[in-house]
Amino acid sequence: MIIQGPHETCFHLSPPARADATFRVTMVPGDGVGPELMTAVKEVFKAGDVPVEFEEFHLSEVQNMASEEKLDQVLTSMKTNKVAMKGKIHTPMEFKGELASYEMRLRRKLDLFANVVHVNSLPGYSTRHNNLDLVIIREQTEGEYSSLEHESVTGVIECLKIITREKSRRIAKFAFDYATKKGRNKVTAVHKANIMKLADGLFLQSCAEIAQLYPKIQYENIIIDNCCMQLVQNPYQFDVLVMPNLYGNIIDNLAAGLVGGAGVVPGESYSAEYAVFETGARHPFAQAVGRNIANPTAMLLSASNMLRHLNLEYHSNMVSDAVKRVIKQGKVRTRDLGGYSTTSDFVRAVVENLRHRPAN
Amino acid sequence: MAGKAWRSAILNLLRTWLSGKDKIKAQEVSWAVGAVKKGTPQARTFTRGIQTVTLIPGDGIGPEISTAVMKIFEAAEAPIQWEERNVTAIQGPGGKWMIPPDAKESMDRNKIGLKGPLKTPIAAGHPSMNLLLRKTFDLYANVRPCVSIEGYKTPYSDVNLVTIRENTEGEYSGIEHVIVDGVVQSIKLITEQASQRIADYAFEYARNNQRASVTAVHKANIMRMSDGLFLRKCREAAEKHKDVKFTEMYLDTVCLNMVQDPTQFDVLVMPNLYGDILSDLCAGLIGGLGVTPSGNIGANGVAIFESVHGTAPDIAGKDMANPTALLLSAVMMLRHMGLHGHAKKIEAACFDTIRDEKVRTKDLGGNSKCSEFTEAICQRVRDMQ
Repeated sequence: MIIQGPHETCFHLSPPARADATFRVTMVPGDGVGPELMTAVKEVFKAGDVPVEFEEFHLSEVQNMASEEKLDQVLTSMKTNKVAMKGKIHTPMEFKGELASYEMRLRRKLDLFANVVHVNSLPGYSTRHNNLDLVIIREQTEGEYSSLEHESVTGVIECLKIITREKSRRIAKFAFDYATKKGRNKVTAVHKANIMKLADGLFLQSCAEIAQLYPKIQYENIIIDNCCMQLVQNPYQFDVLVMPNLYGNIIDNLAAGLVGGAGVVPGESYSAEYAVFETGARHPFAQAVGRNIANPTAMLLSASNMLRHLNLEYHSNMVSDAVKRVIKQGKVRTRDLGGYSTTSDFVRAVVENLRHRPAN
Repeated sequence: MAGKAWRSAILNLLRTWLSGKDKIKAQEVSWAVGAVKKGTPQARTFTRGIQTVTLIPGDGIGPEISTAVMKIFEAAEAPIQWEERNVTAIQGPGGKWMIPPDAKESMDRNKIGLKGPLKTPIAAGHPSMNLLLRKTFDLYANVRPCVSIEGYKTPYSDVNLVTIRENTEGEYSGIEHVIVDGVVQSIKLITEQASQRIADYAFEYARNNQRASVTAVHKANIMRMSDGLFLRKCREAAEKHKDVKFTEMYLDTVCLNMVQDPTQFDVLVMPNLYGDILSDLCAGLIGGLGVTPSGNIGANGVAIFESVHGTAPDIAGKDMANPTALLLSAVMMLRHMGLHGHAKKIEAACFDTIRDEKVRTKDLGGNSKCSEFTEAICQRVRDMQ
């Protein structure tokens, strides 16, 4: 059932009927501006009558709201609902006993191995590079983030980077499957195999093996430092990028900066069974807490992607169109895009654009 | 560049002694004494007479651009004498790979070197040549100043930052092994000594070159112990150099902000891998590796300046190469040696030629040959005499 404005008679566009009518989605607001962004999402969903119900959990390492039971609760909820929306759970630099942060443990327990970030230029907001359309796929469970560190002798610390053939193959297959499904032409593997010959060499070899199974998709590889340089000089040569953990972190943020910053890029994490929707560049942005200046675009676009994942195609388009229209009009812009509006102003504008959607 | 180390070492010692609060550590005293004994590297032989510099032309386009630089230096009448050496890896006694002994001897004698691009093949039998050079001379700091070139437009303007990268350890330790088939482990090594050395060098550089702030780039939220140690050492060095502002920033935040507003950064100091990536990123902001200078500072006063681009085997021998990177590195070398007059002359000639747009090599958007570009710079330098 949908509620539309008075001039709409588009019942034929109603979403496919579902027996219990609402989807349950786990929500973990996280730290920093996470709660504010989640509020924005909830407001927009309420205004658009999106049939999604959120189950909230406040898990936070820096605010002392983290414990094993909380983590287990979140995991149980996620395993039931299979879809989640998440803010960034900040990792403090001092560690008490465990080297792995809550965020990393969540990822490992749910085996969220693939992180996909959609880097799309926003129509109406020009940056130094316009009309970008990249997808960055990053392996999220191993690599440099293994949390295996030890102090062999005082003053000498070793940190292990682990690369396995199985996980490299898995992420490569994911990348090629994704490219095939979305009709992309090229997959580029990013590595540093000239220096880390065995580790990144194994990653590269796995990608090359999987590439042979997909003859229709062009496969290339590029060294990470050259890739960064090319991204700032000529980013149009890339289509889909696949890489291990740390390089993914760098390139995610770099590419996000190219199109407008951490506030405009949506991303998601996939495992074989679960999907978690979040922002692309994951920063808690603690300096903006309480000041109502954060840009909810990234989170709203990610929420729209989540709706598409739930097969709520109509609502997904409604939300993303509204956000894009507000940005294109340019009247209401948050500070990171050069305007003076607050988060609430932006959300209000999106809500208004939801209702007055032109009939077509 | 690091010539005033003895002054700050003595001042620190005096401060500690006068404040009477902390005990003077024996090591600090020996540092100060050692620094005084060593003296300022610049004052030794560069003030008059011809200075010999080891020149390593390299592979690919290396020989062409080295010849170009030598020609320009001759036109500028710089008091430099070149000693050419080759550095192909040879296997010494015991199977250990090393650089040829005559190259090592030349470098140890001259202390200053200029290097062209060297090949780094993937999965070859020997470690990369650049790694070998680093290990031989303990080149612990890689300094890359990235300044926007006036005549060459990129989407990013007014870039003026310096990346200082720890060059001996970190992720490039080269320690990797296959644990079981299909599982590879690569070790990232962070030691207290190396982190302290690079942090101290970064602050010395900032002080000697009138830079306002130093930013430590790290990922201590993920690699809590290793980058945590690096960060601690940077903080300690910041305490010793209170006149330079110190900030710390996560690597991903730096990348995010760098492509949006590169003018907010000044001097960046970081471990090996991040430094590699960030320095190339910054090079991309100003126009690529073809126009970026770089210097490697080692222990014992050794300094090797190099061009960081690849060997470009596809244009080798065709007179199409752009010598700007090697030339600007050579200018950096002149400044390190204290020959500021010549440095300024050659740099101005180079920038003017690029700004003029009449003679530009292919990578800068023109059609000229390397020799034509070199000749244009030589002409300008001669006109300036």
